[in-house]
Amino acid sequence: MGKVRGKSGILQRMGPLVGLILIVFILSIVNSDFLTVGNIFNVLRQVSINALIAYGMTFVILTGGIDLSVGSIIALSSAFAAGMMASGTNSWLAIGVGVLSGTLMGTINGVVIARGKVAPFIATLATMTIFRGLTLVYTEGKPITGLPDAFGMIGRGYLFQIPMPVIWMLLAFGALYVVLKFTSFGRHVFALGGNEEATRLSGINTKRVKIIVYSISGLLASLSGIILTSRLNSAQPTAGTSYELDAIAAVVLGGTSLSGGKGWIAGTLIGAMIIGILDNGLNLLNVSSFYQQVVKGGVILLAVLLDRSKGK
Amino acid sequence: MTDLLTMEGINKSFSGVKVLENVQFSLRQGEVHALMGENGAGKSTLMKILSGIYSKDAGSVQIQGTESVASSPKTAQGLGVAIIHQELNMIPDLSILENMFLGREFKWGRTGFVNWPRMRSEAKNYLQQLGMALNPDSMVGELSVGQQQMVEIAKALSMHAKILVLDEPTAALTKREIEKLFQLISTLKTQGVGMIYISHRMEEIFQISDRITVLRDGRYIGTRDTNVTTMDELVQMMVGREIKERFPKVETNIGEERLRVEALAQAGKLYDINLSVRAGEILGIAGLMGSGRSELAKALFGVGKYQGKIFVNDKLVRINNPADAIKAGMALITEDRKGEGLVSELSVRENLALPNLRSLSRLGFIGHRMEQDFVGNSIKKLNVKVHHSGQLVSSLSGGNQQKVVIGKWLATQPKVLILDEPTRGVDIGAKREIYDLMNQLVQKGVAIVMISSELPEVLGMSDRVLVMHEGRITGEFSRKNATQETIMVAATGGKSHG
Repeated sequence: MGKVRGKSGILQRMGPLVGLILIVFILSIVNSDFLTVGNIFNVLRQVSINALIAYGMTFVILTGGIDLSVGSIIALSSAFAAGMMASGTNSWLAIGVGVLSGTLMGTINGVVIARGKVAPFIATLATMTIFRGLTLVYTEGKPITGLPDAFGMIGRGYLFQIPMPVIWMLLAFGALYVVLKFTSFGRHVFALGGNEEATRLSGINTKRVKIIVYSISGLLASLSGIILTSRLNSAQPTAGTSYELDAIAAVVLGGTSLSGGKGWIAGTLIGAMIIGILDNGLNLLNVSSFYQQVVKGGVILLAVLLDRSKGK
Repeated sequence: MTDLLTMEGINKSFSGVKVLENVQFSLRQGEVHALMGENGAGKSTLMKILSGIYSKDAGSVQIQGTESVASSPKTAQGLGVAIIHQELNMIPDLSILENMFLGREFKWGRTGFVNWPRMRSEAKNYLQQLGMALNPDSMVGELSVGQQQMVEIAKALSMHAKILVLDEPTAALTKREIEKLFQLISTLKTQGVGMIYISHRMEEIFQISDRITVLRDGRYIGTRDTNVTTMDELVQMMVGREIKERFPKVETNIGEERLRVEALAQAGKLYDINLSVRAGEILGIAGLMGSGRSELAKALFGVGKYQGKIFVNDKLVRINNPADAIKAGMALITEDRKGEGLVSELSVRENLALPNLRSLSRLGFIGHRMEQDFVGNSIKKLNVKVHHSGQLVSSLSGGNQQKVVIGKWLATQPKVLILDEPTRGVDIGAKREIYDLMNQLVQKGVAIVMISSELPEVLGMSDRVLVMHEGRITGEFSRKNATQETIMVAATGGKSHG
């Protein structure tokens, strides 16, 4: 979101982008395979799943909340969709039902948080477990396979040589950027995160805003679930486990404040790319997957510490 | 007998503004000395100097004849000074005993292990001294406010306090708890503890104190023995300031009724409120802090459940949330600008637009041009001093922030405007602009309810004045009959002669 915040604001905004460029620069020097069209599309395809979840997480975090249930929403909504397809239902209808179910799961989160006044961390921790359990019940713990070939297009197809997931990622970015920047709902999200009481006294239905925000998070999680299912050509009962952590990391790396009210969705896209490129780069450099986690965590910590010292 | 405490020639300024000027105060052993004055008279600043929260600019503080400088609350404790604050500083999830010895637990030698038996017996000891039959192991959260306060006093005694400051101690207490507290104060007097008693309640002060000192506008006005002074004399001392031509009140045609409230009540906060305001009228609401003024404003604006009836333009309305209130034609400018009025992370533009987004949007999309025009107009009309409208609202001065708050509400074109402390923390120039704005509004037929703790403001701007005390309306005065004295008497719970 391109809010002008004076000089320091621009600097704050440029931080993640500078970081991204720096990482790309270093990797392209140390490994000649990195900066090739094939590899870049490969990275972006990997990034897309996390980016979609992180977009929704951005809305939630802007209101000062958190959504830990996204990984489980991915699993349950894609199990629904895959189950229907495997039993012969029309693919589009199955996708629609899957996405609708994910949105509803988000709505449940929102209602519990806004009307039940449960802390977002606790509410979504509980639903994370519930949705995961329901997935295991529904799939009986086994992957769902035998999906129609046409469905594979969504996650494995190309349009003008661009992988489809990348297109979904960019389309969703455009739509959500507009929502956050140009609609009154977007303004309500920022206001709510900045000062809930002042927003409520301005006549805005803050409970409704919260419910919508969690519904958006559920919607985007289930969309990324559909793409994931299409790529794997099956719905796994353990799909999406711990995906919420990468999404939260992307939002924070992008400069959105965990206390709400401050942030932008472009930053989240950059944050997701930083995480994806790190994974890819460390792979190319043959760093063991054990050390990869250490490096990734270290980078996140460093970025947030840098951000802190700038804020002072 | 030497005084327990002597404060002389105390001066204190905050960023160039004098809040205390040559103030004196003294306290004898076993005495209750009441400290009185309007809000902002300097009582709490003086007490904060005594307890080491602020440092004085000049003057002397002597405790038992020796010059003593409390540089922090900790050193004040060491000097025997303890404050019982209006808001209690207890941790509800710890026991009485744990609260009493928090941070200074008795240990078994140097082991670091807590010596519970010794702490328990000490705690029991102090509680007994105060005649309280409480189990030291009960959780503080389970006690009533009155009991919690007594525990705080016991804690102060356990720190060997000789000087006890009680800041509005009865504000949250029931009648029976107040009696208990007064018994306790008598006990402490016989033990030689000196007490400084801050309260707005006249009757109590006459019942419990030995001497009374009055401050006004940061200056020492005088000290009287309680048994020779009168309520009238004290009120005179508290408010005896001239109202200068600071208030550009204009005559308006007072039209039909805009807002009527019948038997409004909110459990524990408001009781049987009846009022009415007409088009073109400014209704002032006076009262001391905690009298229910702001609660009334909030209740009218749909914060919390209420009983009773609210009529706008003679039509019964049900107001369940602020959106309902706005729809009915009301606007509320709250006293807490930072906490409730503005979103400090957002810009001037975004704050101004916030309650008006519906009219500035088409199909949910904010009209960029419409918003720019609207914001530009508001800034010009209200003379808000900004570099550009994208500037963070928190970077503006208090007066300009207040203009933004007013601006965001004016655009909703309210029929009834509720202003809670409209000029708090605002410099004189901006104050005048806000008064002029109020005048323009009433001339256009808006009805204004103005809540203020500044009596001169209430008297200077209102057509009619209501006075509140403990959640009730205790006085109503026409512009002619209202004086600082009559309002003050009604605000402190005395009988009004209006």
